[in-house]
Amino acid sequence: MSALLIVLVLLPLLGAAVVGGLVKAGRDAAATSSGFVVALVELVLTGVAWGLFDPAAPTRFQGESSVPWIPAFGVSFSLGVDGIALAMIALLAVLTPIVIAYTSFTRAAEKFPDDRGAGGFVALMLALQGVLVALFAATDVFVFYVAFEVMLVPMYFIIGRFGGARRQYAAVKFFLYSFLGGLIMLGSVIGIYVASGTRLGQATFDWAELQRLAASLPESTQILLFLGFFAAFAIKAPLVPLHTWLPDAGAQAPIGGGVILVGVLDKVGVFGFLRYCLPLFPLASQTLAPLVLVLSVIGVLYGALLAAMQTDMKRFVSYTSIAHFGFIGLGIFAFSQQAVAGSALYMVNHGISTAMLFLVVGMLAARGGSTQIADYGGVGKIAPVLSGLFLVAGLTTLSLPGTNSFVSEFLVLIGSWPREPVYTVIATVGIIFAALYVLWVYQRTMTGPLRGEAVVGGGPGAASARALAGGPGFADPVDTDPPSGTGTKARFGDLTGREIGVLAPLVLLIFLLGFFPQPVLDVINPAVSATMSEVGVPDPVGPNGVAR
Amino acid sequence: MGTQSFSDALGVDYGALAPLLIVLGGACVSVLIEAVLPLARRARVQLVFSLAVVVVALVTVIVRATGGAADVVVLAGALSVDAPSLFLWGTLLALAVPSLLLLADRSIEPGGTFVADPEALAEAQEKVLAGSRSPSGSGIDSHGVVARRGGSGPGSGDAGGAEPPLMHTEVFPFLLFALGGMLAFCASNDLLTMFVALEVLSLPLYLLCGLARRRRLLSQEAAVKYFLLGAFASAFFLYGVALLYGYAGSVRLSDIASAAAGPLRSDTLLFAGLALLVVGLMFKASVGPFHTWTPDVYQGAPTPVTAFMAACTKVAAFGAILRVFTVAFGTTALEWRGVLWAVAIASMVIGTVLGLTQTDLKRMVAYSSVAHAGFILIGCLAITPAGLSGTLFYLLAYGFTTIAILGLVSLVRSGDGEAGHLSGYAGLATRSPVVAAALSFCLLALAGVPLTSGFTAKFAVFSAGLADGMAPLVIVGLVCSAIAAFFYLRVIVMMYFSEPAPDGPTVSLPGPMTTIAITLGVVVTLLLGVVPTAALQWAGAGPFLG
Repeated sequence: MSALLIVLVLLPLLGAAVVGGLVKAGRDAAATSSGFVVALVELVLTGVAWGLFDPAAPTRFQGESSVPWIPAFGVSFSLGVDGIALAMIALLAVLTPIVIAYTSFTRAAEKFPDDRGAGGFVALMLALQGVLVALFAATDVFVFYVAFEVMLVPMYFIIGRFGGARRQYAAVKFFLYSFLGGLIMLGSVIGIYVASGTRLGQATFDWAELQRLAASLPESTQILLFLGFFAAFAIKAPLVPLHTWLPDAGAQAPIGGGVILVGVLDKVGVFGFLRYCLPLFPLASQTLAPLVLVLSVIGVLYGALLAAMQTDMKRFVSYTSIAHFGFIGLGIFAFSQQAVAGSALYMVNHGISTAMLFLVVGMLAARGGSTQIADYGGVGKIAPVLSGLFLVAGLTTLSLPGTNSFVSEFLVLIGSWPREPVYTVIATVGIIFAALYVLWVYQRTMTGPLRGEAVVGGGPGAASARALAGGPGFADPVDTDPPSGTGTKARFGDLTGREIGVLAPLVLLIFLLGFFPQPVLDVINPAVSATMSEVGVPDPVGPNGVAR
Repeated sequence: MGTQSFSDALGVDYGALAPLLIVLGGACVSVLIEAVLPLARRARVQLVFSLAVVVVALVTVIVRATGGAADVVVLAGALSVDAPSLFLWGTLLALAVPSLLLLADRSIEPGGTFVADPEALAEAQEKVLAGSRSPSGSGIDSHGVVARRGGSGPGSGDAGGAEPPLMHTEVFPFLLFALGGMLAFCASNDLLTMFVALEVLSLPLYLLCGLARRRRLLSQEAAVKYFLLGAFASAFFLYGVALLYGYAGSVRLSDIASAAAGPLRSDTLLFAGLALLVVGLMFKASVGPFHTWTPDVYQGAPTPVTAFMAACTKVAAFGAILRVFTVAFGTTALEWRGVLWAVAIASMVIGTVLGLTQTDLKRMVAYSSVAHAGFILIGCLAITPAGLSGTLFYLLAYGFTTIAILGLVSLVRSGDGEAGHLSGYAGLATRSPVVAAALSFCLLALAGVPLTSGFTAKFAVFSAGLADGMAPLVIVGLVCSAIAAFFYLRVIVMMYFSEPAPDGPTVSLPGPMTTIAITLGVVVTLLLGVVPTAALQWAGAGPFLG
């Protein structure tokens, strides 16, 4: 298992190097297919790791390995996974091949700026995957920090080189926000390192040792160190006042980049709450919990409100995520077994549903050439499968019972209720908003008569092309079809087999985890219990009846 | 009979002094070469000779450092050859190798920066060009060809001769003398030796700054500015030495420390002396409010000279600062440290904020060096073993990254010279991906992204500062790092995400020497980021000899 973890880190990185080499040699097709194969192998290996993981094991981390890296600083390259980390690695392993397949092999494949091929994108994606696996599996705070900063570089290039029209602005904003947060966290990382030096005699970055040490730190110190970590994670998650980079990055990133950005990379923030803020600074976590709860609940409502107001579908997806991150934050800082387990499960489920939503939006945009909601109308008539899958994605986003998100949202709410009834009630309002914003977008784009520039205006790019040409007065051969004619249907086209193939695993997971969440909960729960005991708050529900 | 007894007889440990003697002796021989050899053969001989001198000195340092020789004070207490001295010497000599290579390169522009007769060369080049084809659209390849063919120069006359055009070769003895001064500067054990070393290192640098044969006005303006302000700073330094002599009755660093720890004397003399001394030292290190010369000189001086100055002068100056703070003023640190907090904060803030507004890459590097000087000062102010080793490591890391960046800057050219302006870097990644990738990597290192030497160095310095109770300084440092990331990123954005301008600058194909220098800088930046253990161990090998 420990060797397997190292392979899981190195394989995507090596794959990225190979793919990058192929791109350099001008063999773009070979590059994308070999990248896809690497991602599939990674998925299989992750499945093996999932099988080897023993939920009943007494230790928190499994598959631990440690190699001295910088002895002068007490740094070791230590890896090991608990259930939450394993779940995140598995989510990443599922999403990466899907994203690569979507970008490389479907009709919906985006046209990247300057006619760049998809090979460079695939290479960056694999590099990002390697760094993220290292981040989730790190049991050394220094290694975690290094991965936390380094992962910005591939994502920065994914947005900046393959993104939309305002990609430069979005990429720089993304990098600067995250880098600022990272440096504030660096202050705390150094702080806890120095504290370990004075208290243990030998400064260390080992997570387990720091966890034992931190519990003995005075509360004021804990609060300062907590705030440093919290700032970085709150930017990454993002919680509300620090969220403004996400809609820009999400809207300007290519679809595949957006999936990983919102689906996995942002989870680093909430993962950080669970792995670093709570266990390392238990007193500070309890003292500052009201702050986080308020921000989370504001996020739920504010994200929902802004999602409803969006005119661009990619920004819409980003704002729905801000609302969902509010739920996750609420569950984590409610300090009950059910709520924390629900949040951990939510991290996985949100990744799946957001990926689905992003991909469907991408497929729609590939046909209409626009991500504006107003450019579409009545798509259900000409592309029923696309429309149906859009509805599935929407329903899992609004947490319909039977879909995966429902289980986690429900766990968060019933788990938070005994301790934080007020926040729970306010957050529940967010569910109603969710139904509103999702269904409203669905209604505007998919139902009713055919309308909108992108649908009746002549296919990809027509809306902008006609605007350039000076209006509809110019005779355009493609444009002579009357609305709702068969020509429009043929031109717009429904999902192809490959596109359905890309979405199928996600649809499967949505319903599978909606009805049988227990396998994932079994893996997550031991880590949740460990976190709860490290925080030292008694579970308000008692020995819970939901999991185990 | 052996060397040992010979040394003892004269009371001088030549083994300890060897690197310094080799470099200074080499400089003298280099002057003789200038006098004896004909101009046409000098360039090659001087380069090989200087490189040999530097490498031999470097090997001597390494042999001594790994041989475990005891720390000694030599020449009647004038120089102290201890573990930090050896690390600083090693760093300086190692940095001198790529500096020399950049200095000697003549492939980027015909005849190099120090070409003997640019007007005649330009005429000869015109003739060649007229004979071959139109110069428009000169991309990488054609530019390289032009450069080589222009190399027939005024002396030989026949086109197609491989002989590169003549260059002014006095840069080599200048560099060796400056290097010798730097070696002595950071190992000086008394203030008077330090002053002499300061002058030995400064005078050749003033001259080197003014030696650009193209863009003469800018270069000479830089030299004059540097000289005037430098002379002023030297005066401050000397005045400080005088006051400290009045205080302690000695210029030995350790005597000042024991005087401060001894019976009560006038603190006014001590701290006024320290203040004046610090002004002189900070000027050389281009710290904080004493930085005003830096942007102009960095921009005006020939780029290879800028690289040498940016890397080596900083190492030497901070080496001296470390020694003065630790050995002479370590015992009174609590009383003066507050003032230097203000200097460090000023340096970080000035460098970062003014760096944001720069549009010229060399000026940006200059302001970035001011900000970095502030970070390094944090390490100097932590008078602990961790602070010492962190600062030494920082100097090594920063030096190599800076040399690589300036080497890369010299490659990007518009019609008449280097394309200093940021807009010249638009779309560089499409035209020359390797140059763009290397430059991005070095800029990320300056920003302090993990897995580069810049991060390891920052971590070492900041953790030492925090452990010594300087949390506010570290927080300012972190915030400044975040802000500074913006202007490093701006260059990367330009290179990767912007459309290249149609009449934009070209990228010269670097000759082997520049290639080696840049590669060395990039590789060291990467290695110190990924496997820094060996360098950290050497940096932490031992304390100053008091």
